Amino acid sequence: MRLAYTISQAFKQMNRNKAMTVASVFAITAMLLILGLFFILVVNINMAAESIRDDYNTIEVFYLDETKEADIKKAQTEVAAWDNVEKVEYRSKAQAMEVLKKRWGDSGYLLDSLKNNPLPNSLIITVKDLEGSDAVAEQAKNLAGIEDIRYYKDTVDKLVKVTNGIQIAGLVIIAFLIIISIVVVSNTIKLTVLNRSEEISIMKYVGATNWFIRGPFLFEGIWIGGLSAALSAGIVAAAYWKAADILESGIIQVMSIPMVPVKFMALNLLWIFLALGISIGAWGSIISMRRFLDT
Amino acid sequence: MITFDHVTKYYKTNIGLNDVSLHIDRGEFVFLVGPSGAGKSTLIKLILKEIDADSGSILVNGREVTKLTSRLIPAHRRNVGIVFQDFRLLEHKTVYENVAFAMEITHQKRREIKERVPAVLGLMGIEEYVKKYPSELSAGEQQRVAIARAIINAPDVLIADEPTGNLDPDTAWEIMRLLEMINEKGTTVLMVTHAKDIVDRMNKRVISLENGQITGDAVGSYETKNAEENKEEAEGGEEEEEFVFDWTSGGLD
Ligand SMILES: Nc1ncnc2c1ncn2[C@@H]1O[C@H](COP(=O)(O)OP(=O)(O)OP(=O)(O)O)[C@@H](O)[C@H]1O
Ligand SMILES: [Mg+2]
Repeated sequence: MRLAYTISQAFKQMNRNKAMTVASVFAITAMLLILGLFFILVVNINMAAESIRDDYNTIEVFYLDETKEADIKKAQTEVAAWDNVEKVEYRSKAQAMEVLKKRWGDSGYLLDSLKNNPLPNSLIITVKDLEGSDAVAEQAKNLAGIEDIRYYKDTVDKLVKVTNGIQIAGLVIIAFLIIISIVVVSNTIKLTVLNRSEEISIMKYVGATNWFIRGPFLFEGIWIGGLSAALSAGIVAAAYWKAADILESGIIQVMSIPMVPVKFMALNLLWIFLALGISIGAWGSIISMRRFLDT
Repeated sequence: MITFDHVTKYYKTNIGLNDVSLHIDRGEFVFLVGPSGAGKSTLIKLILKEIDADSGSILVNGREVTKLTSRLIPAHRRNVGIVFQDFRLLEHKTVYENVAFAMEITHQKRREIKERVPAVLGLMGIEEYVKKYPSELSAGEQQRVAIARAIINAPDVLIADEPTGNLDPDTAWEIMRLLEMINEKGTTVLMVTHAKDIVDRMNKRVISLENGQITGDAVGSYETKNAEENKEEAEGGEEEEEFVFDWTSGGLD
């Protein structure tokens, strides 16, 4: 009954202010779209960074072909006991070839033409903490019968730094956009409130509580925010779908950096946009009303 | 019903009220008069707690208004009906909705609203206008709607700030009769006015304000100032001087 009253009042006043309502829906939708773009960027970079970490928290120890498998296996148990070592895997020449073929995907057949397998036997050491991988690598250099070791700390460090930077910048921009959106909504609603300041003062004289007065405006803000959220989530999802389509068939796959799946992204975006849109609307309206309800 | 005890209210540069004490009993009909800027509206705003007093105490129906928290102000205002010179009706609401609105804010049952609003509009003599909008009504009719809205929740006090200021003499008197009727039903009425002839002819208690201070409080006429002894005499009903008053300036000076 109370809620029904509030909602019907809210729709009446939005109807009286159609142009304003539509304008603010557009404004917030635009904000959310830009916001969504940054969000997708941050999430994908985040995911890329994670997968890079996963791929490169390893130290590969390549053995000379003449080193016996038994010796390598012995070294494997030895290395497994070191500090900061999560696990040690033995990868034979044949297994290494399988991995390579898989990575090459459709072009894997090209490898079949090789007469001899040029890949070495290897131990793949996964470190617990990337920061301490230097020490592990130093130790590994002293293993007997090895040809070479490879690890990616420098590369990963650089990548992590860059992605962290991008993420922080993205979050700052997102926070900034949220604030702008709140200002936009609060200004829109302030106009409705100004239009109705006379009415609000009458309501106060008659003894309406602040929440009674605020209710319809709050609902108006929430409605505008929610509508914009649904709209922008739809647009972003569609655009992202298209983009993912194009990218997946192109470069991205070759670089082996996966993109966050569209369905997951769209659903999450909808929730995030709804939460954002609704709180932007609610805050906007509460802020715009504060001045009128101070007694 | 209303008690001011050494109430002072200063604005930045002006005096609003300066050490005002007064008492109005339940069921009284009181005029509040005085020149422009005397502090009449200030006194009313203090009763409604639209503004805060600098010092002193204000009791309305036993409640200390100066200490009301913002949560309690709405309930307090529902107990104090208010009517203004400019009616202050909601233009996009019908007569019915304007009055029903004051009941809706307390979330009263629709059935109750449907019974009560026409009854009070009937009391004000405008029951046939329920579906009209304020702009379709005459000034006097609009003020009746405003009064209906002010009394719909049966307040203990009705405050009227120059309710006849925008009305022609005949209409003004119709409004006065309604206020008198409401007062006779037991509601305390406090009316601010500049209309000398109304004050003189009604022969009610008159509180005069000047420069934020009470300069007169007696039953009788607009000009009566300090005649405490007048009170008893006036009760007996004294001969009224027929005073021809210029209405067009009456409401505006
Ligand atoms: N919000 C305000 N800020 C500053 N001064 C004010 C304010 N409201 C009123 N005043 C001043 O306080 C004094 C009393 O004002 P008030 O409105 O109470 O007078 P009034 O008796 O109602 O006058 P009128 O008959 O013209 O309505 C005046 O000098 C006025 O200028
Ligand atoms: Mg005044």
